[in-house]
Amino acid sequence: MTDQAYNFAYLDEQTKRMIRRAILKGIAVPGYQVPFASREMPMPYGWGTGGVQVTAACLVPGDRLKVIDQGADDTTNAVSIRRFFQRTAGVGVTEATAEATVIQTRHRIPETPLAEGQILVYQVPIPEPLRFLEPRETETRKMHELEEYGLMHVKLYEDIARHGQIATSYAYPVKVEGRYVMDPSPIPRFDNPKLSGNPAIQLFGAGREQRIYALPPWTEAVSLDFEDHPFHATKAPHDCDLCGAKHSYLDEVITDDTGGRMFVCSDTDFCAGRRAKGHVGRLGEAA
Amino acid sequence: MTLQDPFEFPQRTRAPDQPLLTVENLTKRYGPRIGCADVSFELYPGEVLGIVGESGSGKSTLLSCLAGHHCPDLGRISYDGRDVLAMSETDRRRLSRTDWAYVHQNPRDGLRMGVSAGGNVGERLMAVGARHYGQIRGRAVDWLGRVEIAADRIDDRPSAFSGGMQQRLQIARNLVTSPRLVFMDEPTGGLDVSVQARLLDLLRGLVRDLGLSVVIVTHDLAVVRLLAHRLMVMKGGRVVEQGLTDQVLDDPQHAYTQLLVSSVLQV
Amino acid sequence: MYVAVKGGERAIDNAHQWLAEERRGNPAVPELTIAQIREQMKLAVNRVMSEGSLYDPDLAALAIKQARGDLIEAVFLIRAYRTTLPRLAGSLPVETGAMAVDRRISATFKDLPGGQVLGPTFDYTHRLLDFALMAEGEPAVARAAADDAPPASRVPHVTGFLNRDGLIEAAAPDDISPPDLTREPMELPADRALRLQALARGDEGFVLGLAYSTQRGYGRTHAFVGELRIGKVAVEVEIPELGFAVEVGEVELTECETVNQFKGSRTEPPQFTRGYGLVFGQSERKAIAMSLVDRALRWRELGEDDTGAPAQDEEFVLMHCDNIQATGFLEHIKLPHYVDFQAELELVRRLRAEADPMQEAAE
Repeated sequence: MTDQAYNFAYLDEQTKRMIRRAILKGIAVPGYQVPFASREMPMPYGWGTGGVQVTAACLVPGDRLKVIDQGADDTTNAVSIRRFFQRTAGVGVTEATAEATVIQTRHRIPETPLAEGQILVYQVPIPEPLRFLEPRETETRKMHELEEYGLMHVKLYEDIARHGQIATSYAYPVKVEGRYVMDPSPIPRFDNPKLSGNPAIQLFGAGREQRIYALPPWTEAVSLDFEDHPFHATKAPHDCDLCGAKHSYLDEVITDDTGGRMFVCSDTDFCAGRRAKGHVGRLGEAA
Repeated sequence: MTLQDPFEFPQRTRAPDQPLLTVENLTKRYGPRIGCADVSFELYPGEVLGIVGESGSGKSTLLSCLAGHHCPDLGRISYDGRDVLAMSETDRRRLSRTDWAYVHQNPRDGLRMGVSAGGNVGERLMAVGARHYGQIRGRAVDWLGRVEIAADRIDDRPSAFSGGMQQRLQIARNLVTSPRLVFMDEPTGGLDVSVQARLLDLLRGLVRDLGLSVVIVTHDLAVVRLLAHRLMVMKGGRVVEQGLTDQVLDDPQHAYTQLLVSSVLQV
Repeated sequence: MYVAVKGGERAIDNAHQWLAEERRGNPAVPELTIAQIREQMKLAVNRVMSEGSLYDPDLAALAIKQARGDLIEAVFLIRAYRTTLPRLAGSLPVETGAMAVDRRISATFKDLPGGQVLGPTFDYTHRLLDFALMAEGEPAVARAAADDAPPASRVPHVTGFLNRDGLIEAAAPDDISPPDLTREPMELPADRALRLQALARGDEGFVLGLAYSTQRGYGRTHAFVGELRIGKVAVEVEIPELGFAVEVGEVELTECETVNQFKGSRTEPPQFTRGYGLVFGQSERKAIAMSLVDRALRWRELGEDDTGAPAQDEEFVLMHCDNIQATGFLEHIKLPHYVDFQAELELVRRLRAEADPMQEAAE
């Protein structure tokens, strides 16, 4: 068998058309979860099959693809998905956010602001923001239909009553254009502000749960909160130890067995770019 | 209470001489069996209507139809001039979390057992758009006080409460949005006699102070004697007698009502 | 032919002969050796050892061969053999911190002492059929990863890092001997040791399904894989005559520690909680699933709500996770039941006869 046995970007054209229709519907109704007939992919559910299908449906031969997982281009799953598309679509790949036309991501939005014309594809494990308040799909769809979102705030209320603050740190729900409450996938809440008013197209694919949803460019996505307990985008109170960035999301790396640790940018492209420009952090070396 | 009311609730739009709820020829069948048939009545603002009858008399079916839990086969329900049965589900559900309230016999059916007392009371406020934690909590404290639950129980779950407290919490959760029409299904059923008396006393005060319109279903004539202005007696799915409470209980006309009243008096 | 009448003895003999023929398949195809199964069907061997509760790759391979690849049947064979073995001694608890790791990953930290060691994993393979394997002859063996540094001799546990800062609930060791599920009847409520024991030999598919249901909201526990490690550990036994422990062998284990949703309040600082999974061999799906179900079952101890989720229901989980019990009871309904059925048949006929005239009268 050779790779020529598969269509461009793996999926057959009929399937791609079906996925594109779901994407277009998602763009037309921002935040609404469009059911789609998710296909078996040659990687397991939970590895990003939703995102991979959306990416496959969006790619054209001239694209430059960037794949990140946890913000990094070099994490194993990102490498695996990038190779998959190199092999099945032969598209160009890049690690530079600004040069990519399509970016598939798991758990992060790149630090470098996106531009019009770019597509950001999120891998989504559980698309339903109400799922953990109400496990039944029939009921949550009814709640979306009737805009019954009071329960969402009850959860936040309980957080504050118990912990003194909202205790949701990732997959923090947003309300899209005043209508649908949406799960932004498990990005840290630090990234939530970047969802709103973003010039890029943001597409969300959940393979196992068979849902696609979208934020068209310049769509408003408001993080749920209370007036007296407003939403805060939070991160570790450190600067990047490699590039010294003050406002990027950080990974904590344990460096020894005696409690030593360092903090580094989760966005590897962003960090490398800063270091190339001469920024140096606490433990970094001048480029 | 000095807390400014931050929530915009619909103003009373109808004059008090207009009925708030008008029911005409309401009929619900379960196959060949009659749930309730040809029920008609009017309920005026501030009025409490008691519906009594033995189990199987159709009183609970009627209440479920009124509250929108069941869809009647025939008849009309008009609330504040609007045709309830012709409403979209969105409008009807909105109505049932703003203007209406429903107190279940079993508080577990009407409470979220995994959510704190404060969250239970606050849910309806949040459902209609309240977004200020401090004010929601203030309202919850206020309402816990009005149903005689200590403010320091606000973060406890209902599962830690006694049956009587759970029922009072359910009432607070329902009344916090100042509904105009409250449906109650045997609200004192399953409680000890002394707890019942206290709850009835509390309900009477709240109904009077808030000027609520209430439809209350019970098999306990003592409850309607204390709370209801008017009474409807049901048997076999049909209304056999209705009138002012004192009049019906003191001078029952229908043989079934006479039996009902005398059986209570014998006890 | 299915024969329930008394001449069944010969039928059974015939069935067994046929079964033996079927097991062998076409005699023109070379017979599988136990060593081939042990070496090339290793994950099946691991599963049979785990659920069979017996660490013996050769016997597990034999069971698989004999069971024609039906793994539950193979587990059954192992269990039936195991129960006949004498109990010579109890080992000391194995020290997984001293594991010689082949694979060790943490999803909660990008990097950490001991490193992320991918090991032999399907995780990042593309599920494309490799037709080269179908051709006769071996494809070129992949070069052993020379760029991986030799594994550290002692790889510290991730939960240890969190524990040092009080970020995760303490798991203090105790000296209480755990109950033995294979020697005593299951008693409910079960303590955690007994639950873990039952889960460790529980059916992989069942435990997986339960764990999955917690992820989808039926008893959610917000699990992160704090650490998954696979490798060999020494088994030590204390010899009373010697007064010290001696190493009697080594076993391959998969250990999963999950870091789960935190508890706490404004007065009690929040801490993450733990789920734990440990199984024989490289069986990571099972180890992860086990740790999720373990965590879900701990709701009472951690002051969480009973949401009515199946994975929170200890009795439901423990009474149904054993596939030997399950398959036995399930398959037994194909045994003859004609006495009972005859009684039912007679009853239904009688009821119908009585209903018939009434129906006619009604019409």
